[in-house]
Amino acid sequence: MSGGGLLELDRVARIYTARRSLFGAADPVRAVDCVSLSVPASRTLGIVGESGCGKSTLGRIALGLERPDAGSVTFDGALMPKLGTPAWRRLRARMQLVFQDPLGALDPRLPIATQVAEPLDIHRIGTRADRADRVADLLRAVGLRPDQGTRYPHELSGGQRQRAVLARALATDPALLVADEPISALDVSIQAQVVNMLADLQAARGIAMLFISHDLKVVRQVSHHVAVMYLGRIMEQGDPDAIFRDPIHPYTQALVSAVPVAGPRRRPRIVLSGEPPNPARRPSGCPFHPRCPVAVSDCQVIVPELQTMPDGRQVACLRAAISPSAARIAA
Amino acid sequence: MSDLALPTPNPGPAAGVGDAASAPRQRRRSLPFGVALAAGWIVLMLVVAFGADWLRPYGITALDLRARLLPPVGFGGSIHHLLGTDELGRDVLSRLIVSIRISLLIAFCATLIAAVLGTTLGFLAAHFRGLIEQAVLMLIDFQASMPFLILALAVLAFFGNSLTLFVCLMGLYGWERHARIARGLAIAANAQGYAAAVRQLGASPLRVYLRHVLPNIASTLIVSATLSFPEIVLLESGLSFLGLGVQPPMTSLGNMVGYGREYLTRAPWILLAPSTTVVLTTLAVSMLGDWLRDRLDPTLG
Repeated sequence: MSGGGLLELDRVARIYTARRSLFGAADPVRAVDCVSLSVPASRTLGIVGESGCGKSTLGRIALGLERPDAGSVTFDGALMPKLGTPAWRRLRARMQLVFQDPLGALDPRLPIATQVAEPLDIHRIGTRADRADRVADLLRAVGLRPDQGTRYPHELSGGQRQRAVLARALATDPALLVADEPISALDVSIQAQVVNMLADLQAARGIAMLFISHDLKVVRQVSHHVAVMYLGRIMEQGDPDAIFRDPIHPYTQALVSAVPVAGPRRRPRIVLSGEPPNPARRPSGCPFHPRCPVAVSDCQVIVPELQTMPDGRQVACLRAAISPSAARIAA
Repeated sequence: MSDLALPTPNPGPAAGVGDAASAPRQRRRSLPFGVALAAGWIVLMLVVAFGADWLRPYGITALDLRARLLPPVGFGGSIHHLLGTDELGRDVLSRLIVSIRISLLIAFCATLIAAVLGTTLGFLAAHFRGLIEQAVLMLIDFQASMPFLILALAVLAFFGNSLTLFVCLMGLYGWERHARIARGLAIAANAQGYAAAVRQLGASPLRVYLRHVLPNIASTLIVSATLSFPEIVLLESGLSFLGLGVQPPMTSLGNMVGYGREYLTRAPWILLAPSTTVVLTTLAVSMLGDWLRDRLDPTLG
C-alpha cells in the first residue's frame, strides 16, 4: 500500500493533551497512532471503527486541517502545506470535505446557490456569468432543482441540505473528497439515496474518496478498499468483500458480527466484554487485548504491526501473524 | 371535532395552501405601526440634521432682547418664535434644529466608531487567540473598569476641545461591549460548522469574518449598537452640561439642557424641547434596532 497513491499518509500520529483537573498533569491522548494509508486516484477508501477511534481525526489530517504530530501527509506527490498558508488554501480547490451535519456546515444566512458558488468565488474559477451556469449544473448533478438555489438552508430537508453540501464540495472539481460520516445525520430512507449519489458522482467524475463511517454495510457498498480502526490504529485493511465475508482480526470479527442481518444468523453474534476504549488510557501492547477473546500474554507487551496475509490484506494481530485461523474466535 | 372549531369550511386544498403561503410573506413586508412611527421620527431627525441651515428660522446666536423667555405658541407666545425663546431672547426652535444636527452627528459617528473598533478588536482576538486575545481582553477590562467620564475629562482637559476629538472620544465609549460580544460570538461561530466549512473551502480569514461570521452575528451587534446610541447621546449631553462637551456659541441637545436648567421653573420649554427630542430619538433608535434584528434573520418568519 505505498507509492502511487493520490493521497499518502505515512505513519501519521496525532496526540491531543487533555487536562482532567485544573492543576493535574496533561494526559496525552493518542487519537491517531502510526497510521499509513494510501488513496489511489478515483478509488474509495472506507474507514470504519466505533466512535472515538480516531476516524474523523484521520480525515482531518488527510485534508491538512490538522497537523500530524508525527509522520507525513503527501498529496499528489507533494507534502501537505501548513494550515492556513496561501499554498494550503489553493490546495482546497483539489480536496474537499463533506460534513456529517449538513445544517451546521451551511451558512444559515446565505441562499444555497450563493454558497455553492462560493468555492468558485474563492478560487476565482470562471467568470460571473459562467458561475451561475455552473452552479445550476452542480445543483442538477446532486439532484436539486436549480430554482432551489434561492432557498435558505433551513428551508430544505436534511437530504437536500446534504446534497447542497455535496454540490459545494464538487464545485471546484476536486481530486479528493473526504466524506466524514456523510449520512449518519440523515434518515434511513435518504441515506441510500445519498450513498448512491456519492458512488455515482465518484464513478462519473473520477474522484478519490476517503469514506469515513461506522456503518459497515454502507462502507462495503461504496469502498474499493477498507481500513478498520481501533483506538487510533489500523487493525485490518484490504478488500471490503474479503474483510466483511471473512474477517481475520478478532475486532473486525466482532464488528462484522454486530451488523444486523435479515433472517437467521449464519455466524453467532460476538459480544465484546470490557469497557469501550478510552484513548487517554491506552493499554500496553495490542490496544485491543483487554477485550480480545483470543488474547495471549504476548498481546499485553508487543504492539502488533500490520502483516500481509496470503490473500493480500493486512492484519495487525499477533495471533493472526502465526496463522489466520489462530485469531478465529471460537463461538 | 377539530372541524367544528373552524369558522368557515375549508374552500379547498389549493386555496388553503395559497393562503398559508402568502400570509407570512404579508406579515414580513408590512411595517408594524410602532416601527413605522420610529422610522418616521428618525427620518425627520435626519432631514432636520441635514437641512438645519435652511430649516432654522433664525441664527442660533441671534438675540431678540425684547422677547426674552417668551413661551411657545399656544402658551402665550408669538408666532415669530414657535417654541419660544431663552433667557437671551434666542429662538429655541432654531437652536433645537442646530442642536439636533450636532448631537446626531456626534452620536452616529461615535456609535459607528465604537462598533467598528470593538468588532474589529473582537474578531482579532477570536482569530489569533493567544497573546493578542490576552492583550485585547486586558484593554477591554481596562476600559470597563475606568469610569469613562473621568477618562473623558482627562483627555478634554489635556488636549483641549475640538469637535473631531470629541467625536473620537465618544467613539471610545462602549467599544468594549462590542468587542466582548464580537469575540464571544466569533469564537462560537468558529466552533460551529459553517465557519469551519468555509475555511475548509480555502477562504481567507477576511472572507470568513466579513462575509460569514459578521452577517451571522450582526443582529446582536446591531442591538448592542442601538443600546449604546442612546447612551452616547446622554453622555454627550452630560459632558456638554458639565461644560466639557460642545462649547458655546455652538449648541447641542445636552448643552441646551444644561443651560436651560437654570430657568426650569420660569421657562421650562428651553429644557423640555431638547429633552423630549433626546427621549424620542433614543426610543426610536431602540425600536428600529429591535425590528431590524428580527428582519435580518431569515430564519425568523
